[in-house]
Amino acid sequence: MAEAQNSPTLNSGRAGGPPPLGSTTAGSIAVAAESTVATRMSAPPSFDVADFPVPHGREEEWRFTPLERLRGLHDGTAVATGEGVKVEVQAPEGVTVETVGRDDARLGKAGTPVDRIAAQAYSAFEKAGVVTVPKETVLTEPIRIAVHGEGGVRFGHQVIELGAFAEAVVVIDHTGDAVLAANVDYVLGDGAKLTVVSVQDWDDKAVHVAQHNALIGRDASFKSVVVTFGGDLVRLHPRVSYAGTGGEAELFGLYFTDAGQHQEHRLLVDHNTPHCKSNVVYKGALQGDDAHAVWIGDVLIEAKAEGTDTYEMNRNLVLTDGARVDSVPNLEIETGEIVGAGHASATGRFDDEQLFYLMARGIPADEARRLVVRGFFAELVQQIGVEDIEARLLEKIEAELEATV
Amino acid sequence: MATLEIRDLHVTVEADNATKEILKGVDLTVKQGETHAIMGPNGSGKSTLAYSLAGHPKYTITGGTVTLDGEDVLEMSVDERARAGLFLAMQYPVEVPGVSVSNFLRTSATAIRGEAPKLRTWVKEVKEAMERLNMDPSFAERNVNEGFSGGEKKRHEILQLELLKPKVAILDETDSGLDVDALRIVSEGVNRVRETGEVGTLLITHYTRILRYIKPDFVHVFSGGRIVESGGAELADKLENEGYEAYTKGGVSA
Repeated sequence: MAEAQNSPTLNSGRAGGPPPLGSTTAGSIAVAAESTVATRMSAPPSFDVADFPVPHGREEEWRFTPLERLRGLHDGTAVATGEGVKVEVQAPEGVTVETVGRDDARLGKAGTPVDRIAAQAYSAFEKAGVVTVPKETVLTEPIRIAVHGEGGVRFGHQVIELGAFAEAVVVIDHTGDAVLAANVDYVLGDGAKLTVVSVQDWDDKAVHVAQHNALIGRDASFKSVVVTFGGDLVRLHPRVSYAGTGGEAELFGLYFTDAGQHQEHRLLVDHNTPHCKSNVVYKGALQGDDAHAVWIGDVLIEAKAEGTDTYEMNRNLVLTDGARVDSVPNLEIETGEIVGAGHASATGRFDDEQLFYLMARGIPADEARRLVVRGFFAELVQQIGVEDIEARLLEKIEAELEATV
Repeated sequence: MATLEIRDLHVTVEADNATKEILKGVDLTVKQGETHAIMGPNGSGKSTLAYSLAGHPKYTITGGTVTLDGEDVLEMSVDERARAGLFLAMQYPVEVPGVSVSNFLRTSATAIRGEAPKLRTWVKEVKEAMERLNMDPSFAERNVNEGFSGGEKKRHEILQLELLKPKVAILDETDSGLDVDALRIVSEGVNRVRETGEVGTLLITHYTRILRYIKPDFVHVFSGGRIVESGGAELADKLENEGYEAYTKGGVSA
């Protein structure tokens, strides 16, 4: 088990620095050069795709992504098919579900595209979905958004807005085969509570690139659960900023990267407001040749964000030879007046010695592997708090494991 | 009565692109209720014997037989050997992140016993076994061997020995790296299991120290990949006084 861990000191301008290099026989931890969130972007955030150069692949933000597998989402050659990707929204009573035009004032409020594909999606979508939970409405059933691909290409935009003190759970389920670029905005009013579960359960060929923007109101809490199992290439960019003090964000992620899959999660928590909290936990298991998981965790504590409390962690479990992990936590602290800040990244390998140890205690090989993977994910799954999703995840993990035995 | 029979066992290992023979014809019979100490200098092949019996994939059996109650052990997979009643307490127990001790113990006991132990009696059984080994209850919630001290790892091995109740227990340098207190606690654990009379014990050690706590019925001197002398407990006293020198002449490295 090779591990690289680091925890920052809080009195320097840039705490932490790159984690120490560590690697296993197959997995590896890449280390980013000293760089800040801002300098790592090829262009300032913009809604206009023309403001971004076509990436060539050596940019910091693109260097892990196989551009040739993006099906033209990055260079303007992907064309929406109109059909072939269905979006269905099921919402309990009291929720407003609308389809609106590009000029609707509610679009793009939670964040601005930070890379060319997000800007492409914003520049190219025709209709946007807006789901509104009125203030003080507490839903007892989840809102379910099913995105099902039947071979189409789609540029999407979805807004989910909760009024003050509203509470909701939203499950966004991606299945089938599609090429999808999208922006999803989560706007939380004061004191609102939103849990979003985004499941990427795509077929093997799908390409999915999306930016998730959460804007968290005063004393509001946002929980994001990103679950990525499928797809040829999935690149998600969950981002959080705060509109008022007392906001809390929990960003959980779980991925199971199989042979040939590229699954990339790039997070940013922008502590731009005092007295807010964030907690990021992403865990991934990898198996098979050329399984590639990328995790970038950026946490920025701005000078004005006194009283910030943040922690981010990424753990990876490499189950077979031939898989690769790039995990880059990055914490930038512009004020020392904070409650806490930390980050950790570790990549471990389920190796022959662990297998031998468990088998030497009578446990069959497939059961040993299940034991390790279940244990690895269990704590995270328990934090999701949406029962049917937890059950489905555990089933899905079992199914992924079956594939290895 | 359970009997482990090792006959003319030859084992090789691949190292630096070469095949090296480590065990060169080991003969040994361990019966239920007996305690055999295998003593020998470093590099004599003691640990290879232990890991070969447990079925570690690193070692290749090139000759000889191993049977447990007449069943061919060498035909069995690692987990089958454990379920057949072989137990190896490892010199270097492996960390298994993400798997708690309590989950591990229960999964293991379920596999060995063929059915899940009843929860209430199981919890009590584990708790009492841990108390006897001076293990804090919080131990059960830690991940297997992760961050354990040397002494904790060995106690955890003996905890498994007590819970899994094997027919034959191979203790590979269980005494190494232990201070006197830990050695006493671990030895008492081994003795509790031995006193049931239901386990044959193969105690592999470099030092005579542990034999003050665990009295062997037989002592075998291991050198150059085979047993070169066997005797009773008095042989250990001789080794204590004279060391292994008499056995290592003739080119076997100490």
